[in-house]
Amino acid sequence: MSTTLPTRGGAADLVSAAPLPSPSPSGKPSSEDRLHRRRGRIGLWFSMPWIVGFVLFYAAPMAASLWFSFTDFSLTSPDPMTFVGGDNWVRLFGDREVIDSALVTLKFGVLSLPLTILVPLGFAWLLTAKQLWGRSIFRTLFYMPSVIPFVAAVLVFNGVLNSQTGWANRALGAIGVPGPNWLNSEVWIYPTLTMIALWGVGNAMIIFIAGINSVPKDLYDAAEVDGASTWQQFRTITVPMISPVLFYNVVVALIGLFQYFLVPFVLKNGSGDPGGATFFYSMYFYRTLFRLQNMGYAATLAWMMFLVGLVVTGLLFWSARYWVHYEFGDQS
Amino acid sequence: MSASTTLRRRTLREPRRPLRDTDTGTRRLLAGGLVTMVATGILVVYLAPLAYMGVTSLKSEAMIQDFRAPLLPAEPATVEVDGEELDVYSVPLEGADGPTTELALLQPGRQVSTFVDPADPTGPVIEWEGNWRQLDPAYEFAPKLDNYEAAWAQMDFLVLLRNTVAIAVLGMIGTLVASTLVAYGLSRFHMPFKRTIFVVLIATIILPKFVTLVPTYALFFRIGWVGTWLPLIVPHFFGNAYNVFLLRQYFLTLPKDLDEAAAIDGASPLRTLWSVILPQARPALVAVGIFHFFYAWNDFFEPLVYLSTRRDLQPIAVGLQIFNSLFDTSPHLIQAGALLALAIPLVIFFFAQRVFLKGIDLSGVNK
Repeated sequence: MSTTLPTRGGAADLVSAAPLPSPSPSGKPSSEDRLHRRRGRIGLWFSMPWIVGFVLFYAAPMAASLWFSFTDFSLTSPDPMTFVGGDNWVRLFGDREVIDSALVTLKFGVLSLPLTILVPLGFAWLLTAKQLWGRSIFRTLFYMPSVIPFVAAVLVFNGVLNSQTGWANRALGAIGVPGPNWLNSEVWIYPTLTMIALWGVGNAMIIFIAGINSVPKDLYDAAEVDGASTWQQFRTITVPMISPVLFYNVVVALIGLFQYFLVPFVLKNGSGDPGGATFFYSMYFYRTLFRLQNMGYAATLAWMMFLVGLVVTGLLFWSARYWVHYEFGDQS
Repeated sequence: MSASTTLRRRTLREPRRPLRDTDTGTRRLLAGGLVTMVATGILVVYLAPLAYMGVTSLKSEAMIQDFRAPLLPAEPATVEVDGEELDVYSVPLEGADGPTTELALLQPGRQVSTFVDPADPTGPVIEWEGNWRQLDPAYEFAPKLDNYEAAWAQMDFLVLLRNTVAIAVLGMIGTLVASTLVAYGLSRFHMPFKRTIFVVLIATIILPKFVTLVPTYALFFRIGWVGTWLPLIVPHFFGNAYNVFLLRQYFLTLPKDLDEAAAIDGASPLRTLWSVILPQARPALVAVGIFHFFYAWNDFFEPLVYLSTRRDLQPIAVGLQIFNSLFDTSPHLIQAGALLALAIPLVIFFFAQRVFLKGIDLSGVNK
């Protein structure tokens, strides 16, 4: 079976896996061509819900969003919306809060992105170890936190990490280590948010497990004969062989980072505490849109996020040619 | 560089020393035990917050604040003697390091205190030399089940549950119908712009939703949908890229002979979809349905935005967040509320775990 991951060529690779119509020979259309065209129209009708939905909920809003970013549009103001040129964009580039909130997102990302990739990869490695007893039970239990609604998970960690009554600091205290103020320190809040994020890595783990299981066994047998250690096998066989799923998980995690909102919002009730350390870019956007009702500037913030996201994912797709290996993609 | 050449280039080490059978057997047993123990250790730490939630949801506020209390919900034990409540302490009768006996404090004193045996309060009075304040109180297990009742009532849990299930089921119907139609179109027909449609479909998965939110919110506001469930349900009737992708991948694996036979018999494409494709695609449809249910149960941002003024229509995710902001000084109620909110998804997960643990095979990410 072939690998149908959104990989090097991005979505285009997925498409190439689909059967495409053979080019019709030039000349007068045969009856088969006519049948194709009729069936093609039927296919288009079936796809209509999504095409209409795409126009209504993606294409038109994106265009409108761009247009709003050049206006002072507001739902509460009685005045008609006016064109303000590049004012919103000029404001954005000099906006202290944009820089601060983007830095908060970056700080969190630097810590959480590697960990939300490496931890599920480590789990997957452990849960595919042939020595492990009861693998399927472990798999279920390690996945379990990922089905817990995130709001509930945030509240659980809010209790566990309470510096006085939580279990984390009681456990640390028991071994003589003074526990930090997880929830109210501008530094420790990032490990806290990362721990909460690590409770949602089940899907990444399952994708890694499936990837590891599809690596041809004879590669490991050959390595074993050569005397390679388990760690060497992991580093030189497993990781390169599963680099397409690794890439997929990095893309998913990155998209999640840009829209990261729920956890800091619920944990701190949208206050951005401690000291603005949880005032993420998405929360600035939320406040501009719903508290300040400044739709024009909110649209500008959203488009800026989209553009930065586009550049970063673009760079990621470009980098994939250097570290994502496809030559094995078709063996399984 | 490919992995296999790296390995082949590596110099051959001396071949492993042949082992006797019992040796390998013992070794395998040891390795299995070791790996399983490591995994169990990690799992205990990973799931400890769940245990914390369960335990805390059964405590009273005083138990949470009490530092000497054990981890389990327990309160200082008392015993009634002659209509008087006496506190029970662990008394080291045989010296400071000796075993302790649980005794009810009759007469506290700085140098000498007197106790009675709680099992036999009319029995002999026991004297103990030492300051009673240095004694540890004895605890007895006392789970506070009424926390759940309080959280249930304060959250208006039944209303939240009704709202969540209604939003989830209506959206599920929408996404199942629409995504099936689109996936059928994309998997069974040679149509114009198929490639473009598919590329754009996948691209929408990567698109941050904030970039479309401002105009979408403005539109829903203008047509009076803000403050109703419609913005949370109607968009799903246009399909969703992830579900379309999942169903399309599954439809592609189904043999085409049956639909061709149906077409020759004169069945319309819709009829073929209904009576040939759908019966074979049940696992994929169930997966899409369950994924949507969990999505709706978890979705926080959209209900927050569209239902902020309508407490009576909000789903669990938003209701729980508001509950937390109102009762943040009552951690036991918060934990009970969190447990109520995750109980149903957790039960469904255990019954349908194959869908989650095998789900990826369906989506074709790893095919």
